[in-house]
Amino acid sequence: MLAVLGVAFCCGRRVHAATQNPRSGEMLTYASPVEMLFSPDGARLYVLCQGSDEVRILSGATYKTIRKIAVGHVPRGFSLSPDGRRLLVANSWDDTISVIDTGALKVVATWPVGAEPSSVVEDRAGKYLFVANRISNDVAVLDAGTGAEVKRLLAGRGASAITASPDGSRMYVTHVYPNLNREDTMGGDRGIPRSEITVIDAERAVVDQRIALKAVAHGFHIAFSRDGRLGVMAQLHPKNLVPLAHVEHSGAFADTLTVFGADVGQPAEVPLDELERYASRPFGVAVSPDKSRIYVTCEGSEIVTVIDVPRLLVFVRSHPGSSARDLSGSANYVITRIAVGRDPRGVTMTRDGSRLLVANRLDDTISVIDTRANRVVATVRLDGPDVVTAQRHGEQTFYSAAYSFQGQIGCANCHIDSTFDGLAWDLEPDGFGRDVVDNRLIEDLRGTEPYKWNGGNPNLPTECGPRTEMYFWRSENYDNLTLADLVLYIRSIPQRPNRWRRPDGELTAAQERGKALFERSVDKFGKPIAEANRCSYCHSGKKGTSQKPFDVGTGKATDNSGLLDTPQLMNIALTAPYLHDGSAKTLEEIWTVFNPTDKHGRTNDLTKDELNDLIEYLRTR
Amino acid sequence: MKKLCAIACFVAAASLTHAGSPAKGLGSAHAAKSAPQSAQVRAVDAVPYFRFENFTTANGLPDNHVFSVLVDGDRIWAGTENGLGVYENGAWKTYNTADGLAHRAVLSLALDKRTGDVWAGTMGGLSRISGGRIDSYTQLNSGLSNDVVYGVSVEGENVWVATAAGACRLDLKTGQWSLYNERNTPMNEIWVYAVSATPTKVYFAVWGSGLLEYDQNTGRWDKYDDPDGETEMVLFKDQGLIHEIVTSVSYVDNIVWAATYFGDSRYDGRYWHNFLTKDSGLPSNFTNFIKGLDANRAWFGTDKGLAYYDGANWAVYRPSLKDGKPEMTVRDAQGNTTPVAVTTAPAHNYVLGLDVQGEDIWVATAKGLSHGIRQHP
Repeated sequence: MLAVLGVAFCCGRRVHAATQNPRSGEMLTYASPVEMLFSPDGARLYVLCQGSDEVRILSGATYKTIRKIAVGHVPRGFSLSPDGRRLLVANSWDDTISVIDTGALKVVATWPVGAEPSSVVEDRAGKYLFVANRISNDVAVLDAGTGAEVKRLLAGRGASAITASPDGSRMYVTHVYPNLNREDTMGGDRGIPRSEITVIDAERAVVDQRIALKAVAHGFHIAFSRDGRLGVMAQLHPKNLVPLAHVEHSGAFADTLTVFGADVGQPAEVPLDELERYASRPFGVAVSPDKSRIYVTCEGSEIVTVIDVPRLLVFVRSHPGSSARDLSGSANYVITRIAVGRDPRGVTMTRDGSRLLVANRLDDTISVIDTRANRVVATVRLDGPDVVTAQRHGEQTFYSAAYSFQGQIGCANCHIDSTFDGLAWDLEPDGFGRDVVDNRLIEDLRGTEPYKWNGGNPNLPTECGPRTEMYFWRSENYDNLTLADLVLYIRSIPQRPNRWRRPDGELTAAQERGKALFERSVDKFGKPIAEANRCSYCHSGKKGTSQKPFDVGTGKATDNSGLLDTPQLMNIALTAPYLHDGSAKTLEEIWTVFNPTDKHGRTNDLTKDELNDLIEYLRTR
Repeated sequence: MKKLCAIACFVAAASLTHAGSPAKGLGSAHAAKSAPQSAQVRAVDAVPYFRFENFTTANGLPDNHVFSVLVDGDRIWAGTENGLGVYENGAWKTYNTADGLAHRAVLSLALDKRTGDVWAGTMGGLSRISGGRIDSYTQLNSGLSNDVVYGVSVEGENVWVATAAGACRLDLKTGQWSLYNERNTPMNEIWVYAVSATPTKVYFAVWGSGLLEYDQNTGRWDKYDDPDGETEMVLFKDQGLIHEIVTSVSYVDNIVWAATYFGDSRYDGRYWHNFLTKDSGLPSNFTNFIKGLDANRAWFGTDKGLAYYDGANWAVYRPSLKDGKPEMTVRDAQGNTTPVAVTTAPAHNYVLGLDVQGEDIWVATAKGLSHGIRQHP
């Protein structure tokens, strides 16, 4: 079978996951295009290739590859400067921005930024670059000339895409994770997810407004009409606190858009789904130059949804607020759905709007759509491996919604970009509010089994096969090979670099003190701490799990199980909320609120300083 | 949002009888560099004059007990006992716990001038108001040392916090909280009332434990105490901090201005100068608040009125202690006091905070918020 090369490094080292061709042994690197841009004159098409860490330059007329430019690791977003002379690339795993001179077609600068930069946009005046940092939940404002960081603006959680308004006066930031709600400390995580569009005044570089998005957990791209009067955002609206008993009528998610701007008045949420046809995971958006059409890529459904704007506006004006639950709504404005490639992501249009190009991340192609005929007229294949490895097939499976009932959802609905979603879910049809469980990160899972919070699934084939099929897909089983490939892919997901560790790998003084507390066997009064009451006993080993279940006193009357699996600790700082049911909104709350009798480790002898030290250490795991 | 429609009812028609040359550029950082007024300039000509417009619940203020005030361009933030008010375009809007505010009683305010975010210290935690969104940090959900936040100051990427259980620093880039208390500083008591942070030094006003200095470059702590000990006697005037019960601190132009309940102090790094009612124009030794404008000028909020000091002369603005009528007195460097006839005064004698808006001032008092509008003859 296929050999998997899972080389996971941190602390300034590269993290790579690649596969080998089983027959030749050749290392295979897929392009995995995620975003595209035309040069101002339309002569070039820039393609951001996340898998090969490149920007590829294609002819805007023939789509032949002209040049490949290496950038940083896992580039996620890019944009052209307003004068078209610089192409700016956000390298999400390197925490850098690559500056490409579009005349010389080479990288002329690489600037450090915040944690997991995912989008970069230069303002019209050429004064600032705005960089969305997904992990640090902020927007870094850089000096456009030197790359020096001027300041950071508070964004929402998971800041990921920045779009400039057509007049350049505002920057609109979307977020892939729901905001961390610090209210109701004692109330658990049973609130409605909320996200926002952060609106930045580009000239003053301050947050001007936050467009509140109620019940929306994951926002992706925004596009504007050329007159700036209509904004459209692609998003996911989860139904995480309703038992997944009824998969009909969009059981777990509504795939929706938020439309806003002067044409709309108050922002409104409109569905893309129909009763038996779903537009799973809307991601990329484009508005035609004449504002007659909106195009939305839908990753899981592998389609582009085409919307009639005048009819949409009529619907919105007569249905203010959210229509997410009205699956009869989309029939009013969705014209057609165009099948494209696997995991379609970014879109771009030719200047005249006659062609729409779609980047299909998981088959290394670009679909070229004739916007008059609404059909794919060409599929451009990017240079890369011809063979689809088992791991690649597993990744395609992970991102596809084809296996679920009516094609509603896929693994990536809850594991956004193969991570997590920041939500707690009421998954099983055992009654409202029973067994609500927090979603966990799925990086570097090998050696962390069993799975599920009650440890009920001994291995990934069980977790991803029968359990997923029974509770999530409500559909026919994967065939054995597909399940094996899916498991292979999930096992290959590496751990992202930990941003709380110093580049030299050394711990800070506070982290060292916290480590000593984590590993201690005697409390502050000199009394021995029972083995099962030490942090390092249950959270043992490199990944921080003994793989055994314990009762740590955090159970609720609504839980179906008393014992809980010991979760791994890797990148624990990213994954709030915490505990099995997401009741602790922050790491602090695990001990300040939910450990009154020291069952979840001996911690009540600690001062606040010491608890802070312990948390500083945990963030390095 | 409540419309401010009755403001005229609360504004006394001002008419200053004094004619002279008022001091220039009260709140201007550039003008603040001016030297003390020379002896040739009459004290009454040197001090600033104001017409006070007072805000209460009757015209939209969330509560009359105003702990803190912050000028944010054209916006005025008022931390009250029952919510955070913001005054903009002639109307008040109130944020409260339902909006995410950590607690209804807002004790302190600070502006991050780079981002426009406002930080509010409350009786129940620390809140960040950013673009209309409020995120609150408490001792349960974050590394904050205590929920009673008396003071807050923003410097670069650091938010410095004074609490009832020591001081803290939140690093906005990393999210790390660092706590400062009796275990890692010379802080004898941990009741920290105020903090004034700059890129070089951070000063903490510690109730009962003097003045604490943190050097950002060396990481070294220094402590300044009353050389007379904890007594209320002043045996060694101008030889150190006036008293251990420090309530407010302001660090500007390398000068520390410190307020206590038993007089106030100015320290230039080498010499101390103390201010007492008996030998200065300070209306009361019981000082809640101090704000240095520069090396020479400062505002003092006491329990018996608002005072201004320009390095030589003093001016006191208050409702009369006898009959409540508006009162202003000027004291020159020689100790001669001159009453000035005025028709308006701050809302109350018990002054808790002040901020400067151009030439104007905004004053937080125990019974209302006052806008002092600079008057030029």
